[in-house]
Amino acid sequence: MSVHRVGFGDSYRPREGHVSGGRLERVLRSGRFAVTAELNPPDSADPDETYRRALVLSEVCDAINATDASGANCHMSSLGICALLKAAGYSAVMQISCRDRNRIAIQGDVLGAAALGVNNVLCLTGDSVEAGDQPGAKPVFDLDSISLLDTIRGMRDDGRFLSGRAIKTPPRLFLGAASNPFAPPFDYRPERLAKKIAAGAQFIQTQYCFDVPRLRSFMSEVRDMGLHESCFILVGVGPLASSRAARWMRANVPGVHIPDAVIARLEGAADEKREGKQLCIDLIQEIREIDGVRGVHVMAYRQEELVNDIIHQSGVLKNRAPSIRAAGVTPKTEAN
Amino acid sequence: MYLMRRIATRNARPLELLYLALGRVGLALAPALKLCGLERLERPAAWFESWSKGALFDCRMCGRCVLSKTGMTCPMNCPKQLRNGPCGGVRQNGNCEVQAEMKCVWVDAWAGAGRMHRGGRLATLMAPLDHRLKGSSAWLRSLAKRAGDGDAAR
Ligand code: SF4
Repeated sequence: MSVHRVGFGDSYRPREGHVSGGRLERVLRSGRFAVTAELNPPDSADPDETYRRALVLSEVCDAINATDASGANCHMSSLGICALLKAAGYSAVMQISCRDRNRIAIQGDVLGAAALGVNNVLCLTGDSVEAGDQPGAKPVFDLDSISLLDTIRGMRDDGRFLSGRAIKTPPRLFLGAASNPFAPPFDYRPERLAKKIAAGAQFIQTQYCFDVPRLRSFMSEVRDMGLHESCFILVGVGPLASSRAARWMRANVPGVHIPDAVIARLEGAADEKREGKQLCIDLIQEIREIDGVRGVHVMAYRQEELVNDIIHQSGVLKNRAPSIRAAGVTPKTEAN
Repeated sequence: MYLMRRIATRNARPLELLYLALGRVGLALAPALKLCGLERLERPAAWFESWSKGALFDCRMCGRCVLSKTGMTCPMNCPKQLRNGPCGGVRQNGNCEVQAEMKCVWVDAWAGAGRMHRGGRLATLMAPLDHRLKGSSAWLRSLAKRAGDGDAAR
C-alpha cells in the first residue's frame, strides 16, 4: 500500500512556546487558517479501510480527527485509528469521550496515545448511549469534558496523574475541546467556552454550523470576552447529502441545528447532493471572514470524497505552500 | 419530584438565603455537634439530608453537594451526571438530549444561577466526584471542614 505523506509534519520536539510537536499547533500558532477533518471510522478490522479514508482527507487537512464512537455507535476505537494514522505519518487528533471509559482507562489511553506520537486530543462529553446502536449499554461519564481537560493538562504540565502520582515522561499534547454555539442556553455558551479554556483547552472544534447569524453573535461575545485570543477556534462544517438527510440529522443527531431555510435551499435544487456541497463551500467562505475564526473542521459523514473539492474550491488554502494545495503531490519535506 | 425541583430553581434566590442562614446555624452548633461525635451523627444527618433535599431538589446524595454553585439545581439529575455545565446536545427547546420531555438540568441551572446573589456564573471548576462518598452527608462533611476538623472533612 502506498502511503501518502502530505499530512506528514509532526516532529518529536516541540518548538519554543509550543506544547506539542504537532503540525496543527504549528499551523495555528503561525497564523495560518487551519483545516482539520473527521475520519468516519470503519466497522472493520482491515487497516486499509482506514487508510483509504485518510488518504483523501490528508491532502487537504492539517490533522485528521479520529472519532470515539460518536453518536454512541460502535466503530474502530479512536486509539486504534490514531495508531494506524501515526504509523503512516499522518497528524491525528484523538477524540476522547467520557461516555465509555472511566478516569483510569482514559489516563492510560492518553499516555499510550502520546507514546504512539499523537499530538492532539479533543476532550468531549460524548453523546448519550441512547443515541446509538447499543442503547442498553452502561453510560460511564466518570469525568466530564471539563474535568477531562483539567486531568490531561495536569498530566502534561504537572507530570501527575489525577491521583497525584508522578508520570516519568509527561505526554506532550495540544489540548482541544468542543463547543456548540447552536445549542441552548445560547447566552451561556461563551461562558462555557471560557470555562473550557480555563480548564486547559487550547483549540476548539465546534459542532456543525448551518446557522451563520447565530455563529456571528456567539463570536461577537467571544471577542468581547477576549476568548479568541486564548484559544484557536475551528468551526465545524460539512456537506449535507440531501434534504432528507438534513431532516434526519436534525431529528436524530444530538446537538445538530439545521435552520428551515437550509433545508428549503436543498429542496429547491435540481441536484440536492451538489447543492449540499455548494452550501458547504459557501458556508466556509462566510465563516472564514468572521473575526476570531482560525480554521474549519470538516465533518463529511460518509462523503469523504467531497472534502478535497470542498476545501480547494473554498479557497482557504490558497496561501499555503503547494504541498498541501495541489492534490496528489507527495512532497519530500514538509513546508511548515 | 420534577415539578418541585423546577419550582426550587425558580426560587433559587430565597433558597440561597436559606442555605446561607442554615450554614451559619450549623457553624454555631458545630462545637456541640463535635461533642456528640460527627461519626455518630452521620446516619441521622444523611437521612435528614436525603429526605429534605430529595423532596426539594431531587437530590441523589452524591456526597459532594454543589447546589449553591449550580443555581440550586442538582446536576445529578442530568442523565450524564455532568457537573461542569451542559453538554452540546441540548435541544432547541431547551430540553434534554436524552430525556426529551425533561428540561435540561443545566438550562434550569443557568436560569437559577442568574437569580442568585452568589451563584456566580457556573464558572467554578468541579473536580471529578469521589464515588466513595455516595450516600453520605455532604452537609456534615462541609460543616466539619468549615469548623476546621481536618480528619472528618476527608
Ligand atoms: S441535555 Fe442537559 S440534562 Fe441532558 S444530558 Fe445534556 S447536559 Fe445533561
